Amino acid sequence: MSLVRVLFYLMGFIAVASALYAASTTNLVRSIFVFFVTLFALAGLYVLALADFVAVTQVVIYVGGILVLILFAFMLSGKETLDVIQQQKGKFFSIGKLPAILLAVLFFIVIINVIFKADANNLSWVKDSIANNNTITPNAVMIDNIGVNLMTRYLLPFEAISVLLLMALVGAAHLSRKEGSE
Amino acid sequence: MITLNDFLIISAALFCIGLYMIVSKRNAIQILIGIELILNAAILNLVAFGKHDSLNNSGQIFALFAIVLAAATTAVALAIILNVYRRYKTIDPGKINNLRD
Repeated sequence: MSLVRVLFYLMGFIAVASALYAASTTNLVRSIFVFFVTLFALAGLYVLALADFVAVTQVVIYVGGILVLILFAFMLSGKETLDVIQQQKGKFFSIGKLPAILLAVLFFIVIINVIFKADANNLSWVKDSIANNNTITPNAVMIDNIGVNLMTRYLLPFEAISVLLLMALVGAAHLSRKEGSE
Repeated sequence: MITLNDFLIISAALFCIGLYMIVSKRNAIQILIGIELILNAAILNLVAFGKHDSLNNSGQIFALFAIVLAAATTAVALAIILNVYRRYKTIDPGKINNLRD
């Protein structure tokens, strides 16, 4: 068992276990902070998939941006949000949550079945890419290639994303303005 | 060597946990966290498959786009949650049952 594999299992276990804890805890603050750990473990998984730039972006945008936003919303919405959580005192496995657990488990079984039927390691394009040396190797530097591709081949989706970001910004500012101020 | 199947299985587990959070939680912020988990499962798949495309980097670039989209949607969703809290004094989606007028 190589070191990479050990690290992969470690990161995967941390990601899944912390996500399970975030889903099962009744404490909203803990749920948010454990979600931090999930995102960091996922960034580690991206590094193991040889996508270091995506991993850094994940840490910067998710951990630095989105989680701070979520914490803001949690702190601005006050004490009642905590009361909502305290009301449902039930443990992880209560009868009211049985349909949700059943749905998630059945979905998981279906997806696992599909994964093993699809057999992703033997897909034709994956084999082609391995045969043509088109697979990213651990010592390759991909960042300049990503930059060039972003500005040439994927320029249209890039522009579309930028327009959408502007729309989201204006929309969020419009939604959060005080009621009846006009 | 880590195979593609390992990544796909972890991503399936994350997807199902996110689905469970969306269906069972009675708090809009935790539902948002569930949505983020599902988005992250999708990004993990993109990155894992993108390993086999060193020429165009399609997987990694669309993973970047997905991260940016997640940031935009979260900002709008949190603005909506704050507005809902101001109007109803609760963020339980089951209790929000009135239209504007």
